[in-house]
This record gives sequence, structure tokens and C-alpha cells, in this order.
Amino acid sequence: MTLIQISTFVALSLLARVFGSRLPRRWTLLTISVLAVFWLQPASPIRNLDFWLPLLTISIAAAAWAVTLPAGTRPARRDGIAGFFVLGLALAVALTRYIPALCCLTPSRPPETLPLLLGMGIFFGVVWLVGRGFARQPWTLHARVLAVIFLFIILKSEPLAQLTAAGLRGLMGQDPTLAQPTDLRWLGFSYLAFRLLHTLRDRLSGRLPALYLDEFLTYAVFFPSLTAGPIDRVERFQKDLQTEFQLDAIRFLEAGERLAQGLFMKFVLGDALALFALNPANAAQVSTTGWAWLLLYAYALRLFFDFAGYTHMAIGLGLLFGIRLPENFNRPYLQPNLTAFWNGWHMTLTNWLRAYVFNPFTRALRARKWSIAPIILLGQLLTMLLVGLWHGITLNFAIWGLWHGLGLFTHNRWADFAKGRLNVSPQLAAISGALLTFHFVALGWVWFALPDPGLAGRVLRLLAGGAP
Amino acid sequence: MSESMRFLRNVLGKATLLFVAVNLLFATTDPLSFLGNLSLYNGPIPGRQRIPFGEEPDKAYNLSLNSLEAMFASHELTAGAKPVDEFRVILIGDSSVWGFLLENQDTLSAQLNSADLTTPAGHSVRFYNLGYPTISLTKDLLIIDEAMRYQPDLIIWLVTLESMPHNKQTFTPLVQHNPGRVRALIAEYGLSIDPANPDFKDLTFLQKTLWGQRRPLADLLRLQLYGFAWGATGIDQYIPAAYTERANDLPLVTEYYDLEPDFTADAIAFDVLDAGIARAGDVPLLLVNEPMFIADGANSDIRYNFFYPKWAYNRYLVLMAEQAAVNGWLYADVWQAVSNDEYTNSAIHLTPAGEVQLAAKLLELIHPLLNP
Repeated sequence: MTLIQISTFVALSLLARVFGSRLPRRWTLLTISVLAVFWLQPASPIRNLDFWLPLLTISIAAAAWAVTLPAGTRPARRDGIAGFFVLGLALAVALTRYIPALCCLTPSRPPETLPLLLGMGIFFGVVWLVGRGFARQPWTLHARVLAVIFLFIILKSEPLAQLTAAGLRGLMGQDPTLAQPTDLRWLGFSYLAFRLLHTLRDRLSGRLPALYLDEFLTYAVFFPSLTAGPIDRVERFQKDLQTEFQLDAIRFLEAGERLAQGLFMKFVLGDALALFALNPANAAQVSTTGWAWLLLYAYALRLFFDFAGYTHMAIGLGLLFGIRLPENFNRPYLQPNLTAFWNGWHMTLTNWLRAYVFNPFTRALRARKWSIAPIILLGQLLTMLLVGLWHGITLNFAIWGLWHGLGLFTHNRWADFAKGRLNVSPQLAAISGALLTFHFVALGWVWFALPDPGLAGRVLRLLAGGAP
Repeated sequence: MSESMRFLRNVLGKATLLFVAVNLLFATTDPLSFLGNLSLYNGPIPGRQRIPFGEEPDKAYNLSLNSLEAMFASHELTAGAKPVDEFRVILIGDSSVWGFLLENQDTLSAQLNSADLTTPAGHSVRFYNLGYPTISLTKDLLIIDEAMRYQPDLIIWLVTLESMPHNKQTFTPLVQHNPGRVRALIAEYGLSIDPANPDFKDLTFLQKTLWGQRRPLADLLRLQLYGFAWGATGIDQYIPAAYTERANDLPLVTEYYDLEPDFTADAIAFDVLDAGIARAGDVPLLLVNEPMFIADGANSDIRYNFFYPKWAYNRYLVLMAEQAAVNGWLYADVWQAVSNDEYTNSAIHLTPAGEVQLAAKLLELIHPLLNP
């Protein structure tokens, strides 16, 4: 999000405060969130893709809602109104094409009328059919989970993304040979996928509360957390949504404080550190151990300030609209061990993976009477490998994930072993633990920052005092 | 009004007052020059070997800014007191002296330093690169003016005709954004530059506030931050793998600015050269007419290169020699001292081998001047 976008959202919250009594909050939030999906979407060199991708985001979310409707229930009248309302919003965004003064909310001009109507007909037709009960058998839930994962793999794998981009270019009458993986920059899909998988899985386990379409859509594409999280849980979000809310001075100040913190962390500290933080270019140029450590420290801090800053801003914006998004960071670099680090870094992702990957996986192994050590090893490796691959299906992210998986396992075993055997002062243990943990995490960032494992190897050798 | 509303009103009111007060204070005290002197360079970060300049900061770890104080504070020249056994030579000039498309170890100053000269009195001769990539004698004069604080023992000022037309004097951003300093030089040396020239960027009161000065302030900060990348990599310029070579086929153009054939000395900025020499005072200043590429392609019968029609440059050579003789300047003309193969993307930018040739020539010339 840019400063202008953030300022606009703040202004909208104040407008919502002024007109709050006349416009129900859920409609305000749904409207802003749906429009924000189009507005925040980055430009794509593929014709009209910056309109189709946001539309697909909304359609996928709507279809996920439809498929998670409890068996035997049909959409309520309110759902129908919400559906047509969202359809109308998308249509309005598209029709700005013909109103030069308003054009365009999307980075490029939306598609022409015929392909627009055809596309919208297909997208929303599928949602309507699912909503009417068609293809709403239990297997469709599994199919939806697989479909989201499949989309995810396409987007995160460079060869597949490039292939898809080439296909889309061909479809649009553009030169497929110019396709790049970055053509498919689909804003917020990573986080949308987590939210949808959470709802689909909870529907399968019977834990998902009943949700109206407008509630589900607002949850799935809630604009403050669309780009960089946090990943909220739907039942918590729904509770906030259903609570009466009026923006008062206290809430405004709290939100302002979070926004100010976020802006400072992201745009001052994070962006300043980015000027010399480790990256593929300077990794190949640095030649002394001391400076290599400095670049790495800058990268570690930059990543934290950038990401935590975004989270502060998301929470601040959420507060302005009466939604208290979950915290995502808790002093991660000051934690005394790696397990505590992951309990303080991207906490909502960690909780998600614990709930949907680590716990079910280790439960399944325990049921097979495996001993505890291999269960923990495999559970940590799988979970952290998935965290790595979520950032991109590449070797460096896989190595980064395995680095943390092994680190978590080692810490787990060490903690078990050391219990009652070591007699160290708690302060010394906390300080040395924090230093060790920070450096373990920082060394892991080398793999994260550098896509070329050879280059990462060069930097690691340098960090260890070796020749570059 | 509820208590929370009063609290909010107080917070917003105080924040507004603070914002206004800080801006007023900034505008009235104008602390930018002072802030420019605060630097991490020559401390935790090694000093730069050339004045900050960068067209692609994210790749060059360098940027262009207009604060002379900050530019000098980041330069190795300003690292502590001058060593007692150092004979300090500063090189002044344009991008050819700065070393466009050259790494630090290949610039003219580096080639001269590699000669490891010592004076007859046993002082080691150290050359400092104070070239800056825009062509204007007034810009050079500004840099000499600032550099005099750092006790040079010899100044070598490389010039070319392109830096001398009157209307080029206020052309560079460094001159435009330092109107106070330039006007002081105009007044002191009676330069022919109009102090009211609209090129000078005089700031309004609002532009002097913290808000108005946010860009220069950000530049000061970025200069420090890029310093870490410079320290880590030793890179201060993005040098592309390939570049367009200097033109050998030339346009059929015979005009040169507003100069007429047989123009006289007052048609170009000899007064600025004179001012530079006067500013150097007792410090010897060697004026050098810098080398340039001589084309042999299309229209080379009427032009030397992309910059110059032959008539204009030939006239300039005559005038330079005359003025040097009349005024007693230390002057050397080395415009043909580098072979034609050793130019890169411009008629004045040299390859490393070209810098070696020029350095050899300059070493011959400065030998008699190495007496502290």
C-alpha cells in the first residue's frame, strides 16, 4: 500500500463515521474491500489482467462461500442482495472505462463490454450454481481445497507462472514469447488462499460458523489485510463485524498510534535499511566478513520493520472500521529460542500452520505409534518446508524452510535434554539464547534473500570468515 | 464534549502546533549546511574517493545532491587533519576527472597516486579526485572554493571549451542550488554572471521549512545510508557492460553556442578561470586543457568531435594560450595527449589505459611543482 492509499482509507473511515448512522457498517466494509481489490491490484502487461485477477479473487471467495454453505441450506435473501451488490460494484468498476473523468480504479482500462459480460457471466454463474446446491457435494470441498493449492502452485512456481502468462498473452492476442513469471502478479492471493483453506477445512471438520455472503467476502478480501496479512480467523472476524461499532476518539487515537508506528517502521526504518540490506547485487560485490555481516543485519532488520510495519498499518486501518485484526509480531528478534521466535514472527501464519499442518500431521503419525523424535522432526520439516515454499517454489526457499525445520527440531530436543540439567542464570540464558537465535535466523535469511544458492554459499563462506 | 473527544482534540492541536513550530524554526535557522557536515564517512564508513554523484542510486550506491558540505564531508579529503608529511594535490574538472565509466582504481587520481611520488623534501604526494560530472567552470570554482579549506599544496584544474560558454555557467544543478555561495564568488571576483540570473534556485520561506526541505534532507540521509553499501562493496558508480561509443560520424553543424568566428576572450568565461586562480591564492594551480577524441568519420573535416566545430576549438586554443601568457598562468595543453582508441562513451571520457597516458603526461608537468 502506498501513502496515498493509506490516507484514502483513513479518509474513508472518517466519512464512514460521518455517515455511519445511515449506512450499515457491513455494507461500507464490503464496498470498500471489493473496490480495494481492484484498486490495490498492480498493473500487469497482460491486457486487462489487472481487472480479471481482482474479479477472480472475488469470484473464488464467493464460490468458496457457496461451497461451504451447510448441507441442505440455500442462500438467504441477504446473500442474493450481497451477490448482486458485488456484481454491480464490479460492473461499475468496469464501466468506468467509458467515463474518462472516473477512469480507472484499475491500473489499466477495464475490458470492453462483450468480454466483460461474458467473463462476469461465467464467474458469477459458477458461484450461483454452487450456491443453488449444484456441485455442493462433500467431494467438492476437497476439490476446492485442491484447486486453491493448484492455483497457488502455478503462481509460486516460476516455470508454471511463465507458461500460464504465455497462455494468457496468447489468449489476449499478445506475444507469448515476452511472457514473464511476474506478469501474474495477483495481489493478495497468498493470503486469500490461507483464508479460504481455513474456511474450507473448518467446513469439512464442522467448525465453520454460518456466514452470510457479505460477511464471508468482507473477511476474505478485507482491505487492510489483503496485501500482507495478518491471517485472521473467520469466527473472530465475524464477531467483530456483528458488534455495534462507532468510531470514537479513543479508538481513533489507538488506530492513529498503530498507523504512525507502521508508517515509521515501514517507510522510514524499513525503506532506509533497504538501501544497503543484503540483496543479490551487493551479495556478489561484498568482499569482507565485517561488511557482509552488516548487510545481513540490515536485511534482517529491514524485513522485520517492513513486515511488522505493514501489520501495524493493517491493524490501525482495521481499528478505524471496528475490526481488531490479530497481532502478527511479538519482539521476534528478542526471543530466547527458535520456537519462541516463531511464536513471535508472523504469528498468524504460524498458528495457521500449526492448526492445519503440524497438528494433524503429527497426530496422524502418533496414531501409527511412531516415537516422538521422528514425529517432531518430520512435522517441523514439513511445516517449515511449506512455509518456505509459500514464498516461492524454489530451491532457496526450500533450503530456508528446512533450515528452520531442523533448527526447531534441534531446539525441541535440546530443551528436553537440558531440562533440569543446566544450571545457568535465567538472564544469561535469555541473553545468550536471544543472540544465538537472532544469528541463526539471520543466517537463514541468506537463503531467503538470495535466489541463487551458489551466491548464498558465497555469502555464508564470507560470513564465516572465509574467502569470498 | 466527551473526555475522549477532548483528549483527541488536545493531541491533534499539540501535534499541529509542534509541526508549525518545528517548520518555523527550520526555516529561520536554515540548518541544512550544518547538517551536511554531519557524516558517518571517514568514521564507520570509509570516505569516498570521488565526490558523490549517481544517476542510478540503487545500483551505484551513490547519488547526486546539492549540498557541498555533505559532498565534501563524505570525501576522503576531509578525513581528519592533513598529515604533516603529505603533499596534497587536488584534481578539479568534469566527468573525465571524476572518472565516468571507470572504477576508482582506474581514475586519473588513482593513476597518479600509483606513481607513489615524493617531493624533494620527502613528503608523499597524494592526489585527490574532486572532479564532478557536469561541465561548467563556475561549478569548478565552487568546488575549489570549498576545497581550499583542506589545505591543498597544488591544484590541477582540467578544463575544456565546453565548460566556458557564459550561458553554461549557471547550467549545472550544483550552481543553481547554491545561489548564496555563487553570488558571494560573483561579488568577490567580479564575475560576469548576473546575480539575478533566473537559473538560481532561491527558496521562498515555505521552501525553507522542514516540509519544503524534505527532499534535500532525504538526500543527506540517503547519502549516509548508501555509504554502508559503498563501504561494503567499494562501488560508487554503475558501469554497464555495454555502452554507446563516442560518435565518430558527426552532425553537419557548424554553430557553437552563440559564439562567432574570431570570438574574443570576453566571449567565454575566462573571468571564472581567473577567479579560480585567484581563489587558490598562494597555492600553485596548473591549468590543463584536457584531452579529447578527434573524429575521422563523417563531417570530421569541419568538426573535431561531438562537442566542437573546428573553428570554435581552434580559436579557443589560441585564446587559452594568449590568456595564459598574458596572465602568467601555469598552463599546459594536452588535448592530443591520449590516443584516439582510449575514449569511451564521450569525446572526453577515457579508458583506464587512456588515464594512464594522461597521468604520465601530467606527472611530467607537475614534477617541477612538487615543492611544499
